[in-house]
Order: sequence, then structure tokens, then C-alpha cells
Amino acid sequence: MAKTALQFRHNGRDVAIFVDGGTNLLVALRELIGDMTPKFGCGQGGCGACSVLIDGELHLSCLTLAESVAGRSVQTLDGIKDGPNLHPLQRAFADNFAAQCGYCTPGMLMAAKALLDRNPQPSREEVVEAISGNICRCTGYEPIINAVLAAASGRARA
Amino acid sequence: MARHRGRGIASINYPIGMNLGGDPSQALVHSNPSGKFTVALSSIDLGQGMKSVTRQICAETLGVPVEDVYVDTADSDTGPHCMGSFASRGTHRVGNAVMAAAKEARGVMMEAAAEELEVNAADLETDGRGNIHVKGAPHRSISTKDVAIAAQFKQGKTISGRGIFLVPLSDVDPETGEMSPATCYAHACLVAEVEVDDETGEIAMVRMDSAYELGRALNPRLVEQQLVGGAWMGISHTLYETPEPYYPDPAHGPRDFVEYLMPGPGDICPHDIAVLERPAADGPFGAKGPGEMCANPVLPAVANAIFNAVGVRIDDLPITPEKVLRAIKAQGGSRPQQRR
Repeated sequence: MAKTALQFRHNGRDVAIFVDGGTNLLVALRELIGDMTPKFGCGQGGCGACSVLIDGELHLSCLTLAESVAGRSVQTLDGIKDGPNLHPLQRAFADNFAAQCGYCTPGMLMAAKALLDRNPQPSREEVVEAISGNICRCTGYEPIINAVLAAASGRARA
Repeated sequence: MARHRGRGIASINYPIGMNLGGDPSQALVHSNPSGKFTVALSSIDLGQGMKSVTRQICAETLGVPVEDVYVDTADSDTGPHCMGSFASRGTHRVGNAVMAAAKEARGVMMEAAAEELEVNAADLETDGRGNIHVKGAPHRSISTKDVAIAAQFKQGKTISGRGIFLVPLSDVDPETGEMSPATCYAHACLVAEVEVDDETGEIAMVRMDSAYELGRALNPRLVEQQLVGGAWMGISHTLYETPEPYYPDPAHGPRDFVEYLMPGPGDICPHDIAVLERPAADGPFGAKGPGEMCANPVLPAVANAIFNAVGVRIDDLPITPEKVLRAIKAQGGSRPQQRR
């Protein structure tokens, strides 16, 4: 199958890869770029583990055609740290025990970041709404909701 | 047609581990030339905190800072055999194995330190900060790092220890059938409050209050996170999860996470948890561990709460709206029970 040249920004860096027609963004990120932070959960858009931001907007990378991000900016969990410093959301997740097995965590963090980027002071209901596309099997969601609220209020350790 | 509130209670006792065939776990502990320690396990941490808890147990037994211990888990090529992460056995079985291994390693470390300080090992103690000194004379001291270097490069000793924890297989008394399937039990009691809509059959969780007795909580925050999350796995079993919710045949079963139901962040309710600590005689530092207990009391408590709310007894899981509606119809309408 003919491969297509694809260029986009990945966590602030220009990347160029060759993809097969029909390749989804999750596969492109994990297998061609080597960014393993978006997780393959269900591959059907039902779990949220592969969530990434495309031009700042939350998307499921497993349902996104890789070619559709040409010239756009893709941000994954790998790109939200500030050098060695964890993002306030990451710090809040750690402080609030919002991860157990950790498989949903990258998607949860991206969904939470998408929320706080457009709504820095969300209500509890808005947090619930924002993460409702992400499945977590371990935490019972409560610690995740608390972590997002803590990050929003600046209660997490910087 | 109305929404009815109901409250249900359930108490359980739950065995830690199983002894069919013994149920052993092993651990190896060794010092590196830096004076840091590695624990080799093949036990698996699924996020419940096995790595943290075995690290604490090892550090406490050795008498070194927790930062000086690294736990290498989940590889049966590099770690000694473990029966596995199941039966709520991790903290108890693996913890005891780590404790035994660390105890043996500590013995060698103290002997090596004694040789360097030219004293009897029985006169030495650790300060928990990475030093070993003569009892009552803190200035007669040597760091665990210097002991590790001396042991390896001068004395030719390996500071290491082996540990296994095995509850012997319990024989069954041929006369009475009596046996001892476990050495310790954890306990829990949970009160669930639900709201049942007798028009749609839908059940909403209102709140949960629970008390868990699980020996000593070696890491209270990890215990809490496991109880908070595990209760929702219990709710999931009670009200949502099944591979065959539809009929007439399995072809109508769920194909993805949109159809295979689980509670989402919008379905949760407040859950107040009290952890009671009664140290277990044969637990590592008195611990039993939460494990499967997190989910167990939830199922009967919610089933009882539904009975309390609308008077129907449903003993087939999950308790779906359809089952609730059919049962209400069969008894000719909802019959709220007296509130307790």
C-alpha cells in the first residue's frame, strides 16, 4: 500500500512520518513516533485511554485518521510537563491517589487538561462531565474528580 | 409511580489467602555495593500498592530508610516464585516472605558491621537513617553503605536473604470434616442507601458508609484508595456488569464499552469509610490487607437496600432495571419496607 508523507507538530516539535492509508493517530503516535503515553484501550472510542489534544481540543486518537492532523498541533501526556516539573494536574493526581493501575491516567489527564484550559475553575459537575468519556476500573472516580478540583484551585503542590 | 429510598446492610468476614496446596510466596533481598537494597519478587502490583507495601516492610525489617529499598516485581524470570496477586493475599503472604528475607539479610549486614566495628553483632542497632551503631554509643557507627562495601570487597560476604511464607496445607478431619482454610480473616460492614424508581426500575446509589477491619493498615492512604475504588467495582458487579444482559441470544450481547455497562463518574456517591486496625498475629507487622474485601460487602448491602426500598428480593446479578420492574410487577406494585 502506498504510504503518505505526514507532517505535524507533536508536543511542540515538528515530526515527519510516512503512514499507510487508514492509519489512525494512536498507531502513528505509538508505533511510528514512539510516544507511548496515549494508551490503546478498546480501539473503538469507548474508553478514553487514547485521548490527546489536537490544536487544544480533546480527541480520541484511536478514532482519528492520522492524515487528518497534517499541519496541526498534537499534544499528548508526554508533552504536558514543564521540563523536569510535573504539570499541576499530574502533581494533583499523585497527591490525591488518583491512579492505581495507571492505564486510564494519560487519557484522564488529557481530558482534565482540556477542561481546565477552557474552564480554569470548573464545578464538580463540570469535572464529572469532562471525564465521563474516560473509563477507570480502579479508583471509583472520586479521587480523580478530587484531583482535578485540587489542581484547579491550586491546592496541588507546585 | 415514585422514587423510593431504601437502606441495606451487609457484614462479611473474608479469609486472607488460601491454603489449597499451601499458597506460598517467596522473596529475595540483597544489598548493592551502594548500601541500597533490592527486593526481587515475581508478585504483581496491579496498582493496589504491593510495591509500596513490600518496600516499607523490607525497610522496616532491615532498619534502613525506605528510600534505600527498591522492589523489582512482576518478572518470573528474575524473581522467585509467587502464587500470585489474588485471594487478598499480597500484603500477608508476600509481605511475610519479604520480612523473612529482610531478616536474614539484616543478620548478615549486622555481622559484617560487627566485624568492621570490632564488636559483637548483638550489641549493634540500626538507626533507620542508614547507619548501624553500638547500642548506647551512637558515635561508634558505620553507614550501611560502608558495611556493603566492606562486605563485598573486604570480607567476601553477600548481604542477602531468602524468604518464603507457607501456610501448611490443612488436613480435613475425616470424622467431622473440620479444617482450617485460613489463618486470619478480615471483616467488613457496609450500609448502602439507594433510590429505586418504580416506573423505570433504575437504581441510583445515594451513599455508602462502611467499616473495614483488616489488621494493621501498613499504608493507610493505599488502604483507603483500594477501599474507595473497590467499592465501585462491587457496585459495578451489583448493578451493571454482565456479558449477557440481552436476549434472546448472545449475539445481542455487549460488543464494546458503550454496551458493556460500568458505573461512570456521574454514578458515584459519597462513601464514608472507617478503618479499624486489629493487628493479625501472623501478619507482617500485623497486616492482613484489604484485597477483594473492598467489593464483597457492597453486593448484599445493595440487594438488601433495594428490598428495603421497593420490597423485591433479587438474587440474580446484576440487578438490572428490567429485573426490578419484573419483580415489582410480579408482586403487584412496589412495597416499601420500614426504614431502619
